[in-house]
Amino acid sequence: MNKRVLIIGAGIAGMEAAASLLALGNEVLLFERDEIPGGHLKDWERLFPTQRLGSEVLDFLKKGIGSNVQLIHGTTITSAEKHEGRFKVVSSGGDVWWGDAVLLATGYDLFDATKKEEYGYGIFKNVITSADLEKRLLHSKELLTAEGKKPGRIAFVHCVGSRDRKIGNVFCSKVCCVTAVKQAIEIRQLLPDCEAYCFYMDLRMYGMKFEELYNEAQEKWGVTFIRGRMSEVSENIDRSLLVKVEDTLIGRPMRMNVDMLVLMVGFVPTKTTAKLAANIGVELNENGFIKMLDEHTSSNITNVPGVFVTGTAAAPQTISTTVMDARSAAVVVNNWLNSGGKA
Amino acid sequence: MEHHSTRPDWTQYQKDIADDHYYYARSCIRQNFFPASEQTFLRILKDELGKDILDDAHHTTCTGIGYHTDVVPLETTMTVVARNFALMTEAGYKNYVPSCITSFGLYTEILETWHHFPETLEKTREFLYKATKREFNIPENLAHTSDVIFKFRNEIAAKAKFRLINKETGKPLRIVDHIGCHYAKMFPGKGIGGAEYPYVLAGMIEAWGGQTVDYPERRHCCGFGFRQYFVKANRSYSLSASRKKFESMEPFKPDAIVNNCPGCPYFLDRWQYVTAESEGKVFGPDNKPIPVLTYEEMAGLVLGYDPWDLGLQMHQVPVEPLMDKMGIPYDASKKYLDKNGKDIGKPVIPELFKSSVHE
Repeated sequence: MNKRVLIIGAGIAGMEAAASLLALGNEVLLFERDEIPGGHLKDWERLFPTQRLGSEVLDFLKKGIGSNVQLIHGTTITSAEKHEGRFKVVSSGGDVWWGDAVLLATGYDLFDATKKEEYGYGIFKNVITSADLEKRLLHSKELLTAEGKKPGRIAFVHCVGSRDRKIGNVFCSKVCCVTAVKQAIEIRQLLPDCEAYCFYMDLRMYGMKFEELYNEAQEKWGVTFIRGRMSEVSENIDRSLLVKVEDTLIGRPMRMNVDMLVLMVGFVPTKTTAKLAANIGVELNENGFIKMLDEHTSSNITNVPGVFVTGTAAAPQTISTTVMDARSAAVVVNNWLNSGGKA
Repeated sequence: MEHHSTRPDWTQYQKDIADDHYYYARSCIRQNFFPASEQTFLRILKDELGKDILDDAHHTTCTGIGYHTDVVPLETTMTVVARNFALMTEAGYKNYVPSCITSFGLYTEILETWHHFPETLEKTREFLYKATKREFNIPENLAHTSDVIFKFRNEIAAKAKFRLINKETGKPLRIVDHIGCHYAKMFPGKGIGGAEYPYVLAGMIEAWGGQTVDYPERRHCCGFGFRQYFVKANRSYSLSASRKKFESMEPFKPDAIVNNCPGCPYFLDRWQYVTAESEGKVFGPDNKPIPVLTYEEMAGLVLGYDPWDLGLQMHQVPVEPLMDKMGIPYDASKKYLDKNGKDIGKPVIPELFKSSVHE
């Protein structure tokens, strides 16, 4: 008899893990709170470092789950419990499903940029987040300020909500630096007369082709990178933004007017994941993500036997590493099921 | 597009402000700078709101300026503050309301220090007892006096004789607020509205009919950053800090500036004289300087108090244009007479200020 795996979350990790577990001969129920699968990828136009379309990766993932994975969409799983060796999950609507293992693929939330009041998100209309920009680019090839003007200067602020003790997030979100580089290039491609500035703490170009993209941004597209954290953003009478920042390479404060400001918001653990984890007894790590049993050797395993984790529910990851992690999780879950829950 | 006070939801920054029975701690310098403001606060609390407030002649400075200029060591400062708390305790009060922002920041810092380092509190108790044989309770409630006026802003609005509305146009007056740095920049949770978009003065302005004006240098120092002024060689920094604010607010055509700190209104008021005289420049609408008020003076005007009882004749920048806009009657001939009708002397009016006064 096929074992049944309950995967909670149909983003990149959940979809790819579902496809892999299916290929390994398991029955898979894939729960998704939205009406359609894909998670944050649905809202992303182009991907670093190649600028390929996000929809291409989404199509790949959809093809993977095909019609053999039971996708139960529009359903939020609110509780899970182990009962006589099996797992029971319950939705907010009271529906119940049973399975032999649970894989948490609940992903991440974007940092709420209104918490960094000094950047003016939610206050000034020309301050947007990286996710807002991506959505705009997804739906329109025209980028205008809130006043309907072509922007002449756009600045990107790195590490918004990441590596920031003041707001309690000490971890790096891993994707923001290179996303800023990608988006700054896109701005220069879309609006050749618009200046693009990136304000960074340091640039973490760790992935293959990331450094090349950073070099290309400067050499080919004329993006200016300034090391320094922004201290304050305020609005001029014409609704342009006055930003104050210290250039820490030359050791001087600077002020600059920009037409739009893009905040590179990082990952934060989801509140719903925390509730579900508490319900099932899964421990969280010091950053609020799901705690891996061992970061080096048991990264998909939680403290509760039969409950596994994959993707950004455990830590910030790129799409590439999320896909790899999902495949890894599928193997780990499959081995555990085949060993009768002893592995 | 109309500009207005832009801010996140200020209600996320809540603080407890006692309802009644206050122990009042005066500022060292406010009575020199804006001599009737503290008296006006007491008048509003007692006469308008019917509150019990003790104006104790025995309390002293908090040492704040000495502390921040490294003249007074922290242990001494804490002991002096403890003595003020002892006076409050002996008088049977539990709610401490300092008039000074520097004091408020310092009291907050000390209470936080004692909370996190109880051994420091015990040491302070020991120092105070050895020096004075006094003992003290920590206040149950600490609020700045602008917090208290904010708390009762709607009660004051209900008694208003005049509103912050241009009587000619019917439109709200555009008021720039300036919050003292030590109000919330050190402890954002202790200020109404937090540090970035404080609401304590904006709430008063809006309750009394005006419109708060956000402008780029809203959070910039007024020019009284202690080392900018107390160190004589640095005074050009003080002037340039104030000037930066004036330049930034100028396009928004503010009708007045309101403050909740001892030093801020002083520097924002006096430096306008300097820029007028040294470079022939004023920053208000209609080629006039911008009147500068304390929040008590603003409340007093709204409540219909005589402007000369509010001490407005002691301002460098004439307040008459604001009073004219609000429709407040005043007797210009009494501006420089004291309570007994004696001439207190008339200052030389700078050329650029002359259009603001009725001579």
